[in-house]
Formats: sequence, C-alpha cells, structure tokens
Amino acid sequence: MDWGVIGRNLEFMAGGLLLTFQLAGLAVAGGLIAGIVLGLCRVSSLSWIYYPASVYVHFFRSQPLILVIFWFYFLVPILVGKPLGAFLSTVIAFICFESAYFAEIVRGGLQSVSRGQVMAAYACGLRTLQVQLHVVLPQALRNMIPALTTQAVVIFQDTSLAYVIGLREFLRRVNLVDTREMRSVELFLFAGLVYLILCSAGSQLARRLEQRRVGLAV
Amino acid sequence: MLYYDFDWSVLWRHPYGGMFLKGIWTTVHLSLSAWMIALLLGLLVGLFRTLPIRGARLVGGAYVEVFRNIPLLVQLFFWYFAAPSLFPRDLELWLYGNVNDLGYWMAIIALGTYTAARVAEAVRSGLLAVPLGQYRAAYSTGLSGRQTYRHVVLPYALRVAWPLLTTEFLTCFKNSALAMTVGVLETTGTAGYIDSFTFHGLETTTAASLVYLATSGAVILTMNRIEKRLHIPGLIRRGA
Repeated sequence: MDWGVIGRNLEFMAGGLLLTFQLAGLAVAGGLIAGIVLGLCRVSSLSWIYYPASVYVHFFRSQPLILVIFWFYFLVPILVGKPLGAFLSTVIAFICFESAYFAEIVRGGLQSVSRGQVMAAYACGLRTLQVQLHVVLPQALRNMIPALTTQAVVIFQDTSLAYVIGLREFLRRVNLVDTREMRSVELFLFAGLVYLILCSAGSQLARRLEQRRVGLAV
Repeated sequence: MLYYDFDWSVLWRHPYGGMFLKGIWTTVHLSLSAWMIALLLGLLVGLFRTLPIRGARLVGGAYVEVFRNIPLLVQLFFWYFAAPSLFPRDLELWLYGNVNDLGYWMAIIALGTYTAARVAEAVRSGLLAVPLGQYRAAYSTGLSGRQTYRHVVLPYALRVAWPLLTTEFLTCFKNSALAMTVGVLETTGTAGYIDSFTFHGLETTTAASLVYLATSGAVILTMNRIEKRLHIPGLIRRGA
C-alpha cells in the first residue's frame, strides 16, 4: 500500500472532479427544463402531444445510458456537419437521456396536485396552459424536490460513464493515474470513497427534504 | 450535414453478423447471472434491514448505503483492476494465468452486488407492506419465527415487491452494457467493436439500441401478465 499516490496526483484528479460537477450541473439543468416540457406533454389530453412525448420517454428509459452516449458521439457529427468534441456531445446525450427520467418525476408531481386546485383555477377564468404554468406546476415542483434531488445524485454517478468516449472527468483521470502509477487498490478505493461521501450527502439531503415535506402535509 | 455513407449490411455481413448475435447472447447470460446473485443477496440484505436485531439492520443498511452511492463503473473497475491484488498471491496468479475472460466474471460480481442493494430496497418495501396482523395470525397458529417468514411473510412481501423487482431487473439488464469497459463484448461493446473495423458505428449502435428496446418491451409485457396473477386481491395495483 502506498497512499502517497493520492496526494501526489490530487490536483490532477480534482480537475477531473470539477469537470464531473460541470457535466452533472449541465445535465441536471438541461434535463430538468426539457423534462418539465415533456412532463407537461405527458399529462396533456391532446393525443398528438401525448403520444410523441410518451414514445420518447419510454424509448429512452429502455436504453442503457452508455449506449446513448456512444450513439450521440457517432450521430452528432453527422447531423451538425463537424465533430463537436467529447464534452458537448456527452452533454447533449445526458440532456436527452435524463429528460426522460425527469419527465416521469414531473408527471408524478403534476398528478399529485389535487383536482380542486385545477377546477378553482379554471373557475377563475385561466386557460389550460395558464392553469398548468401558474397553478399546478409551482405546487408540483415543490412536491417533487426530494425526487429531483435523488435524480441529481443519480446523474452525478452517471457522469462516470462519459469515460467511454474519453472525456477526462474524475473517473477517467483516476484511471489515467492508475496506468502510470499501478496503484489500483488505493486509487479505486479513493475514487469510491469520494463518490460515496458526495452521494451519501446528496441522498441524506433528499431524505431530509422528504421528511420535511411529509411533515408539512400532515 | 456531413456526408455519411450508410451501410446497414454490417449488421449481417460475415463476420459481423455472427459477432453481433454473440454479443446479444452475452448480454443475456451476463445479466441473468448477475440477476441471480442480486436476487439471492438482495433478499438476504432486505430481510436483514427489517429484522428486530440491531446488528443485522446496521449491516443491511451499511451495505445498501455503500453499494448504492458509488457509481457502478467505479465498482466494476475496483473488482477488475484492484480486487485481484487483494486476493492471496496464489489465487491472483491463478486468476491472471488461467481465467482469460476475467472481465466477464468480474462484471457479473460487480453488477450482481450492485443490483443486490437495489433489490434489497424493493424487498424491504415489500416486507414493510406486510400488515402486522399477518405476523400475529401466523404466530397464533403455532408457526415458528422461521416458518412465519418462509410461509407467510416472504410470499406476501415478494408479491407486493414484484413490480419493483421487474424494474430492477430491467435496470440490471441495461447496466450490463457497462461490462464493455472491461473488455466484454456484449451488445454495446460489440457495436463499438464492429465500428473499429468498419467505421459504421451509427448503424451498429442503432441496431443495439433496438435490441434493448425490444427486450425491455418483451420483459414488461410478460411481467405485467405475471403481475396480474400475483396481485394480492384487495390491494390497489400500480397503474390499474
């Protein structure tokens, strides 16, 4: 055992962690926005809105993320006409993939708002879109906060998959250090510990928020 | 738009067609083997989390916390790159000398132990759904603690947990794609592998994604049918 290997390469690996955070942040932000739109489509009563959104959500939920990342890596250059580089194509893949998961959370949240609220809003003379945007969605989003936090933790873990197309996020850099230093046990235990601490904190936060929400409802 | 010459024949042309089928088959037995580990271990851990023994609950809780909060890829790399050097020297040498598909076996272990934590949560929620009256009724008919679990509580809990277990199986199936990172040529890995010979990655990854779509669809339809039979009368069914 030689734990010094971590100290010697800490700066290099921390740089990767920064990229991991950037990727996760963009994926959560983009995925959430697209997910809200998709989620609204999923509760629509118009079939030409409901069905395409449902097909999209079910399709992406049946796919392994690693394959989606791969697929966009091949597809994006063809659509755009030039290679966009690993980071941008990964971000696009993440947003497309995670928005399907966010959409289901949003749908659950929208359906958790009581019918009386919707009826009252209509009675005030609001139109369907106004009812959703001004009355249902704000309440739904508040109910969804714990589930959204859990999903953010999942996305943070998922960013490690960007490894496959050579993006130098945290895990890739740990791996690069390993090929140079041959200290697999120390390095992968360290990587696991970093993820464990960060994700445990996130899960704990989600649990706390959930308890508070239940507390408020009672 | 960049010029791209589509050639779908890479999917069936010799030798790529055979590779692709072999990849799909590998995905199937890899994920089924991992699922067996996950089911057995997850049942045990889930049970531990609900036992009236503090030590057992702690062990179960720690297992779930650790295995759920570390990305599967990190766990897989740990098993593949680091774990063998923690084994006794003889075993390590034997592994590297005689097991030439080490990635495959380590992927089964990593995926199995990772999925077990998720299965444990499903089992636990099923166990918590068993009404207290069921335990009392079982005890009062003279069953021992073990018999109560074996014949009354577990069958009930597993029927409640069934839809969750279906979801976890599909997650396990999709996660088997990660095995490509340790050199296993399953469906996704094969798609990349054929690309490295032909530069037709778009076709192969599209085909791979259709394979996952079709399998998920088939599993969901079958499971829904079984779920209807296993459903406990009187309880509200999901999506019903």
